[in-house]
Amino acid sequence: MSTHRSAPAHGGDILGETGEEVIGTSAVERTAAGEALGPEEELLTINFGPHHPATHGVLRLLVSLEGEVVRDLKPVVGYVHTGIEKNCEDKSYWKVIPFVERMDYLSYFFNMEAFVGCVERLLELEIPPRASYLRVLHMELNRIHSHLVWLGTSALDLGAMSMFFYCFRDRDKVLDLFEMSTGQRMHTRYFQVGGVFEDIPVGFAHNVRAFCAEMPSRLDQYEAILNRNEIFLERTRNVGVVSRERLLELGVTGPLLRAAGEPWDLRKVMPSHCYQDLDFKIPVGTVGDGYDRYRVRVQEMRESVRIIEQALDALPEGPWIADDRKVVLPPRDELSTSMEALIHHFKLVTEGFRVPPGEAYYAVESPRGELGCFVVADGSAKPARVHIRDPSFVNLQALRDQCVGGYVADMIQNLAMLDPILGGIDR
Amino acid sequence: MPDAPGLELIAQDLNDVAGGSVLGTYHEHGQGCLIVDPEHVLDILRWLRDEPGQEYRFLSSLHGVDYLPAEPRFGVVYELLNMPRVERLRVRAALRDPGGDELPELDSCVSLFPTAEFHEREVYDFFGVVFRGHPDLRRILMPEDYVGWPQRRDFPMGGEPVIFTRDEPVMPRWYE
Repeated sequence: MSTHRSAPAHGGDILGETGEEVIGTSAVERTAAGEALGPEEELLTINFGPHHPATHGVLRLLVSLEGEVVRDLKPVVGYVHTGIEKNCEDKSYWKVIPFVERMDYLSYFFNMEAFVGCVERLLELEIPPRASYLRVLHMELNRIHSHLVWLGTSALDLGAMSMFFYCFRDRDKVLDLFEMSTGQRMHTRYFQVGGVFEDIPVGFAHNVRAFCAEMPSRLDQYEAILNRNEIFLERTRNVGVVSRERLLELGVTGPLLRAAGEPWDLRKVMPSHCYQDLDFKIPVGTVGDGYDRYRVRVQEMRESVRIIEQALDALPEGPWIADDRKVVLPPRDELSTSMEALIHHFKLVTEGFRVPPGEAYYAVESPRGELGCFVVADGSAKPARVHIRDPSFVNLQALRDQCVGGYVADMIQNLAMLDPILGGIDR
Repeated sequence: MPDAPGLELIAQDLNDVAGGSVLGTYHEHGQGCLIVDPEHVLDILRWLRDEPGQEYRFLSSLHGVDYLPAEPRFGVVYELLNMPRVERLRVRAALRDPGGDELPELDSCVSLFPTAEFHEREVYDFFGVVFRGHPDLRRILMPEDYVGWPQRRDFPMGGEPVIFTRDEPVMPRWYE
C-alpha cells in the first residue's frame, strides 16, 4: 500500500516532501545570484507542445525544469487564432452565429447563447417560454457532451484507456440527439435571435428521456472505474492545489473555482431563462486538487441530467421563436400569400436586422466557467465589435500556480483537469 | 447592477476622490457604465475594489473597442463584478489616438487584478494600446513579428498573402 501525498503548502516545493536532503540553496536562487552551475545542476528549459497529445489542442508550454521539478512555466498560445472577432464585424448579426459557435468547439450551444442573448438584450427582445426551455435543454445536453469529452481525454492522459471509449460512446448519443433536433451533430446554429430555429421533432422527447434514464447508471460505472483506482488517486489527490483566494484573483471561474470550495455558478446567481424554475444543486469541492475537479464535473453531469428531465416535464406549449417580424424571419407558408411577409423576408435575408446603438455584456455558465459576450452596436446591421470572454483563456493563467514546485508528470494531470479548449483560447 | 441614481452617486464619489476623473456615465439595458479619464484609471479601479460599500473585487473581463470615427477613439472596457451582491459594473477608459506611429497609453491594472495579464496582452495585440507597468507586454495571439493592429476599424479585412512553397518554382518571390 502506498501512502497518499499530503497537501503541499501553497507554492511549496515537492522536493521538501520526499525526505531527500536538499543541500544548499536551490538552483533557481543560485542562477539568479549569477553563479555558474555545473551541467547536472542547471535548469533545463524544454518546449512542451505545440503538438503533443496531452495539450488538448495546439498549446505550447515553455517549462523550466530542475531535474523533474517544474520551476517556471509560460503558456504560449495563438497557434489556432483565426480572427473570428474581426470577421464578426463584417457580418450581419444573424451570420455571426456560426462564427462564434466555432470558437469553443465543445460548447457551441453556450457560445451561441452568449452572443444571441447579448443581441437580445440590445434589442430588448423577450423570447417565448418554450424557446427558453428548449435552450436550457440543449445547453445542458451540451454540458454533458463537453464533460464527457473532458473525462475521456483526461482519463486517457492518466492512463485509463478504456474510459476514452466509454465516454465517446455516450458522447455520440448526445450528438445523435443534436442531429435529431437540429440537423447537425456539431455547430448546429440552432439558437436564433428571438428563440430557436425550429421546434423539436416528434420522438425527440422520448429519446432524450431514454438517454436521461441511462446516463446516471453510466456515470456510476465511470465512477466505479476511477473513484477507487489507486493510480488515478495517486496522480490526482493533493496535486495542483491553488487556494480559493488566488483563483479569484486570477479570474478563474467554473468547475475549477467550485472545486476549491467557492459555490459560484451563474446559473444560480444570475439565472437567465428558466433556470430559476428548475431544481438543481451546485457541486463544490473541499481541497481544490485534481480529484475534486474530477468529482465536481462528474456531479455536474448528474445535475445536468436532472435539469434536462425537469425541462422536458415543464416544457410549455406555444411558439418557439418571438413574433417580431423586424427581427425574426416570417413562417415559410406566409411567403406565398402575404406581400408584407415577403418584404420582411427579403429585408432580413439581404440586409439583416438593425440593432439600435448601445453596448451590452452578457455571460452564461459554460462547462468551463463564465463565458461572456460583449457586443457594441452602432445602429447598422453589423456589430461594431464582438468580444468573447472565453473561460479557457482566463483559466489558463492558473496553470503556472498549479504546476510550479511540482513534478513534470503532474503538469499533465493539472493541464488535463484544467480542461482548456484551444479553439476558445485563440479564437 | 447599480441602478441609474446609484451609478451617479458612484460617479460623484469618484470625482471627489480624484477630481474630474469621471467623464460621463450611461445606463442602458440594465447595465451601468462609467466613462473615465485614462490617467486616473488605476485610482478608480483601486477605489472601486477596496472602498467599503463598493468592493468590486472580481474582474470578469477586459477588452478593447475601437469607436472610429468617434473621438476619443479607443475604449478599454473593464467588466467588474461584486460577487456577494451579484452586481456588475462597467468602467470604460476613453483613450485618444495620439496619431502617427504613436500608441495610446494607460496604466496596467495587473497589480490590482492579476487576471488582467492575458487580457491586457490581448488588447495590446489587437488595438496597439500600451499598458504601462505590465510585466510582460508582448503579442499573445498574433505572431510575434506581426506588423499592425488588426482589430482597429481602419485595418483592412483579408488580402493577406498565404505563402505556399509549391508556388515558388513557378513564380519566384510571388508573395512580394
